[in-house]
Amino acid sequence: MSSANIQVSETPLVLYALRRADDALILGHRLSEWCGHAPMLEEDMALSNIALDLIGQARELYTYAAKVEGRDNDEDKLAYLRDVRQYRNLLLVEQPNGDFAQTLVRQFFYSAFADIYWRAMMASRDATLAAVAAKSEKESAYHLRHASEWIVRLGDGTDESHARAQAAIDHLWAFTGEMFAVDDGERALIHAGIAIDPGTLRGHWLTTLSDVVSEATLVLPQNDWMQQGGRYGRHSEHLGHLLSELQSMQRTFPGLTW
Amino acid sequence: MYTQALNTAETDDRGLEDAAKDAAKAAQFQARIDAEERIEPNDWMPAAYRKTLTRQISQHAHSEIVGMLPEGNWITRAPTLRRKAALLAKVQDECGHGLYLYAAAETLGSSREELVDAMLAGKAKYSSIFNYPTLTWADIGTIGWLVDGAAIMNQIPLCRCSYGPYARAMIRVCKEESFHQRQGYEIMLTLCRGSDEQKAMAQDALDRWWWPVLMMFGPPDATSQHSDTSTKWKIKRFSNDELRQKFVDATVPQAQYLGLTIPDPGMTQDADGHWRYSEIDWTEFKQVLAGNGPCNRDRMAARRKAHDEGAWVREAATAYAAKRARRQTAQAAE
Repeated sequence: MSSANIQVSETPLVLYALRRADDALILGHRLSEWCGHAPMLEEDMALSNIALDLIGQARELYTYAAKVEGRDNDEDKLAYLRDVRQYRNLLLVEQPNGDFAQTLVRQFFYSAFADIYWRAMMASRDATLAAVAAKSEKESAYHLRHASEWIVRLGDGTDESHARAQAAIDHLWAFTGEMFAVDDGERALIHAGIAIDPGTLRGHWLTTLSDVVSEATLVLPQNDWMQQGGRYGRHSEHLGHLLSELQSMQRTFPGLTW
Repeated sequence: MYTQALNTAETDDRGLEDAAKDAAKAAQFQARIDAEERIEPNDWMPAAYRKTLTRQISQHAHSEIVGMLPEGNWITRAPTLRRKAALLAKVQDECGHGLYLYAAAETLGSSREELVDAMLAGKAKYSSIFNYPTLTWADIGTIGWLVDGAAIMNQIPLCRCSYGPYARAMIRVCKEESFHQRQGYEIMLTLCRGSDEQKAMAQDALDRWWWPVLMMFGPPDATSQHSDTSTKWKIKRFSNDELRQKFVDATVPQAQYLGLTIPDPGMTQDADGHWRYSEIDWTEFKQVLAGNGPCNRDRMAARRKAHDEGAWVREAATAYAAKRARRQTAQAAE
C-alpha cells in the first residue's frame, strides 16, 4: 500500500456501500474516543461496545464495496487511504463528541434512523446488504435503546443535564436531514429493490424521536434548515482532523503489514 | 490487568491484635484456610484479612482502569481496522475486569465510590507499569505480550486465593488475559517478520518495557515486608522473586523466537536452565511509586478529568432514578 490516496470507481452500488461504511466507521471512531474517559465505567463499556458494532459493520460494508468495485482495494485501503473529500459519511456522525449529552443525542438521532433503516434493508434484493442488515438491525435496536434511556435520564434528570441535552438537540438537529436524502444513483438502486427509500422512514423516525424527547421533557427544534454535503465529500472541518489521526500509521509507514 | 505487591507492614500488627482478641475464631479461620476452603463474604474473617484483601483487590481494580489509558492512547491510531477492533475490545475487557474487581472488593464492605475516591485522591495505588508512555504501535504489542504475560504469571495462583469472590474473578480474568497475551505476541510477530523499520520499532519497545515489566512483580523478597501474612492466608502462594523468575524463564525463548534481544547484556542461563537477570534498578521503581514516573501525573489527571466531567451525568442518572421511584410510589398509592 502506498501512502497516496487511492482512487475508487464509485458506481452506484459501490458508493451506496461506501456511504454506509463511512457512517459506521466515523461514528465508531468517535465513540471509541470515549474509551477510558467516560462518566462511569458502565459507559466506557457501553460506548466501546457500540463502537465495536459499528466498526464491525463498516468492515463488512467496505469489504463488500471493494468486492463490487473489483479492483485491488480492500477494507483498509478504503478506510485509511481516502482523504476528506473522498469520505462519504453523514455530517452528523463526524461531529465532535462534545459533552456526554452531545454524544448521546448524536447517537440517538443516528440509531433511531439506523434501527428502522437496517430492518427495512433486510428485504434488499442484494444478498450481502440483506445479510449486513440482519446483523446491524439487532445491534442498532440495542444502540437505540441505550441512547433513548440516556436521553430520558438527561432530559428529566437535573436542570444542568436538561439544559445540556436540549443544547445538544438544538445543535445537532440541522445534521439530520441528510439521512433522508436520495440522489439519482440511489434512486436507481431503490427501483431495483437493492436499496430502500429513506424518505419513507422519516415519519417513523420522527415518531420515535418525539416519543422519547417528550418523555425526557425536551423539545425538538422547529427549524427545518438542514446542512448537506457529507455524501458528496463536502464535510465539516472536524473530519480532516479525525482522519489525520485515524490514518496516521498507514500514511507514515506506507505499504507495510501490521 | 494487574495487581502488584505494594502492601505495608501495618497489616501484620493488626493481624496479631485481631488474633489476640478472638483466638478461637481466628484459629478456626486459619484451619479453614489450611484446609484450602474458600472464605466467602458472609464468613467471619480477621479485620486484617479484610483490610489486606480490600487493598489488594481495589489496587488491582484501579490498575485495570488506569491501564486502559496507555493502550487507549492507540485506539484511534491503530494501523488496520482489524487491529483497531481488537484493541478496542481488549481495552473494553480491561474495563470489565475493573468492574468485576470493584464488585469483588465491595463484598468486603467498601463501596466502589469510596475505593475510586481513594485512588483519585492519590491514597490508593495502581500498578507502576501504567506510568510509562506508549510511544509507538509496537508498545501495544509489547504490553500485550509482556505486561499481560506478567499479569497472568501473577494471577494464575490468585485463582486459588483463599477469598472466594477474588479467586472466581481471577479465573475469568485470566482467560481473557491469556487471549490478550497471544494477541500482543502476534502483533510482535507481525512486526518482527516485517520491514527493518518495524523490527527496530519492536526492539525499541522491548528495550523500554523490559525492566519496568520485571518491576511489576514487586520488590525483591529480601526487602519485601508483607509476604508472610499473605502467604499464611493463602492470598499469595509464590514470592515476588519466584514469580519474576518464572516469567523471565518463560519470556526469554519467546524473545529469541521473535529475533529480539533482551536488553540485559549480563543475562546468563544457569545449569538448571534458569535465565539469571542482572540487578534491577529499584531506585526507578521507588520513584515511579512515589509519583515520579514519566506518566503518573498524566494518568491521574486523565482519571480525575473523566470523573469530574462526568459528575453531572452521574447526578442526572441519580436524580432521574429518584424521580422515577417517587412517581412509581405515587402511582401505587393511587
